[in-house]
Amino acid sequence: MSAVIESHDDHHHGPAKGLTRWLFTTNHKDIGTLYLWFSFAMFLIGGAMALVIRAELFQPGMQIVEPEFYNQMLTLHGLIMVFGAVMPAFVGLANWLVPMMVGAPDMALPRMNNLSFWILPFAFLMMLSSLFMEGGAPNFGWTFYAPLSTTYAPPSVTFFIFSVHILGASSIMGAINVIVTIMNMRAPGMTLMKMPLFVWSWLITAYLLIAVMPVLAGAVTMMLMDIHFGTSFFNAAGGGDPVLFQHIFWFFGHPEVYIMILPAFGIVSHIISTFSRKELFGYSSMVWAMVSIAILSFVVWAHHMFTVGMPLAAELFFMWATMLIAVPTGVKVFNWVATMFRGSITYETPMLFAIAFVVLFTIGGFSGLMLAITPADFQYHDTYFVVAHFHYVLVPGAIFSIMAAVYYWLPKWCGNMYDERLGRLHFWLSFIGVNVTFFPQHFIGLAGMPRRIPDYALQFADWNMVSTVGAFLFGASQILFLFIVVRTVMGGKKATPEVWEGAQGLEWTVDSPPPYHTFSTPPEVK
Amino acid sequence: MSTYEKYYVPEQSRFPIYAATSLFILVMGAASTINALGQPDSMAKYILYAGLASFGATLFFWFRKVVQEHLAGLDSAQLNQSFVYGMAWFIFSEVMFFAAFFGALFYVRTFSVPWLGGEGEKGLANMLWENFQSTWPLLTTPDLGAAYTVPEKSMSFPGWDKILTWLPLWNTIVLLSSSVTVHMAHINLKAANKNKFNIWLGVTVSLAIFFVFLQALEYYEAYEHYGLTLNSGIYGSTFFMLTGFHGFHVMMGGLMLSVMLIRSVFYNHFKPDPHEHFGFEAASWYWHFVDVVWVMLFMFVYIL
Repeated sequence: MSAVIESHDDHHHGPAKGLTRWLFTTNHKDIGTLYLWFSFAMFLIGGAMALVIRAELFQPGMQIVEPEFYNQMLTLHGLIMVFGAVMPAFVGLANWLVPMMVGAPDMALPRMNNLSFWILPFAFLMMLSSLFMEGGAPNFGWTFYAPLSTTYAPPSVTFFIFSVHILGASSIMGAINVIVTIMNMRAPGMTLMKMPLFVWSWLITAYLLIAVMPVLAGAVTMMLMDIHFGTSFFNAAGGGDPVLFQHIFWFFGHPEVYIMILPAFGIVSHIISTFSRKELFGYSSMVWAMVSIAILSFVVWAHHMFTVGMPLAAELFFMWATMLIAVPTGVKVFNWVATMFRGSITYETPMLFAIAFVVLFTIGGFSGLMLAITPADFQYHDTYFVVAHFHYVLVPGAIFSIMAAVYYWLPKWCGNMYDERLGRLHFWLSFIGVNVTFFPQHFIGLAGMPRRIPDYALQFADWNMVSTVGAFLFGASQILFLFIVVRTVMGGKKATPEVWEGAQGLEWTVDSPPPYHTFSTPPEVK
Repeated sequence: MSTYEKYYVPEQSRFPIYAATSLFILVMGAASTINALGQPDSMAKYILYAGLASFGATLFFWFRKVVQEHLAGLDSAQLNQSFVYGMAWFIFSEVMFFAAFFGALFYVRTFSVPWLGGEGEKGLANMLWENFQSTWPLLTTPDLGAAYTVPEKSMSFPGWDKILTWLPLWNTIVLLSSSVTVHMAHINLKAANKNKFNIWLGVTVSLAIFFVFLQALEYYEAYEHYGLTLNSGIYGSTFFMLTGFHGFHVMMGGLMLSVMLIRSVFYNHFKPDPHEHFGFEAASWYWHFVDVVWVMLFMFVYIL
């Protein structure tokens, strides 16, 4: 791919000065930056809550917090990490990268783009304010199963419901913006099958978002009606069914899981190809694998509910459908490995995170396969094995890919190189921390420790202690990440336009940092 | 893929932050008001009103700005195409919102109510309320506690002899006609018959208002004469939520079409060229979508 880009010096405006630049901006780079910083702040808040949880679990017995507060921490940790950290980080990356990668000047609908972002701080202000309300914050887990979230919920659940509503509105607007940008703003010559994989991954992700966020809105609306207006959706006494809640929730929730991992697939494909100095192996199979995963994600939701009492046919259908997802996922892992095979690999920080992603995400994928087997799931269900599984795909999966992306594109964004030695130190601390935290949770889960409890039997004590030590190591090493990023933004060795030897794509053809409006006329893609 | 010469990027704008702030006031007010139901002296509803007013005002000025930019020729064919895609995907998101409620309806009709009545693979659930029998429309509840109002009759097809007094049939006729009239308006707009466009669009808006009136009448009948309320168990829940959200969408669609009518009659907006009337076309798409949802409702809520 090569491109011809005109000079931009005559363009009409750069960034405005002061606070209003950020409040009134319509610029995809500003909005991307806002998303990324917001997501990092949420990552630290949600992480602090995780550390409260791990501190309580350091030893058996009740040590630090009340069980009621423990439940609130557990719920808010999940909600904040999913809706406040991982999703906004990916939207931030999409904002920064998609217009540059497709050769557009900005997102298709720049004002709506800013609205999508600014809803988020308000939504989380509302959700976090519930901590100070009578009855405390939501305490029913991030999956908010009825009737815990309806009949037995604290009064603050109403605020939680409306918070989820506006988060959903933000996600839908953001997703529409990404799809329209990709469909309508590509530079001449950039056919669909020439698009960078990150763009492909976001096209599919945005489609999933538009398809399932409204379903979540429907679920919380039914909760609201059940709680305050006398309906019986999730109440068997009136002819409804609490299990109906789980079906609707997971119809949203399973595609949501892929919303949090598909952009990671895109990122890792770019990074592995660059640092192996080879074309990505099997580009079109990568695209089709993501499309297959997205389609399958709509027909596997009930594997979260094997023990709830579904008909046998449903148990079998959802087991086989779930295992089918291993096929396209395996294609992707194979392609990443094949890309590295006989490449001239160097191990800069983004590559370290990307390789760790491939290995650790695969571990999370395999434990997912174990959980997909219905009879086995009857043993694993709601144990720490499940906690270990989804943290393996979300932390060294989604979060590592976000960190890899930050190290990879940060020199492009701010024009300065980060400190490679500190970057590698951050990687190794995170890598060790994450495994020490979550690997032992497989053991205590298989031994039978249930999730979502503040206290446990004595035989789980040793591994819980190890896990807590790992969690604090992982948490502390993110302060180093903050330091590295701030220092890089403030100054450092100047980055070249290409930044990395052999990096492919339109974003590497413009200066580092790129002009405020990257392409005022469309570049030509051959 | 774009083949456009020049891109359009709007200047900095205050609308997004105003919209986000007023939306925040709106939902804080809504949640506080709902939590304070039953406390008539609560001030929460004024926060809700302030939120509604400020959010409505922001949207009004925002849309006005977009229209002004278009009339000033600031936007491009490419931006217009972005609006087209954007509206299409927005309607898809609305389809999925209704899918959640239709999914709930199909689930309770196919699984949970029969199981509670002792039928099917999970008929074991009948041990909860052993006298409960599964029927649809469900005019009773498994637990006949005081919390539920038991309706006398359902809103379903009452039989051929009473068909002319059956409101949903008239609702269907009104709404299907309005889909035809909005299409007639579109045809006349493309043929540059501005007067006929205004008349057909006016007829459509009138039919929208008439539909909402009939729906209100139906709700009045349900509450006052049939004893069917939100409190009537899962039948009342699904009935009112599906028809209620549909009715709300009819009001939104009717509002959009009214705005288009005002723009056309008083400001002489819209020309035959498709790029000069997408505002109207988007509203008409939305109207057809609302119509399709009603056809689904008519089949699965009222007839089958």
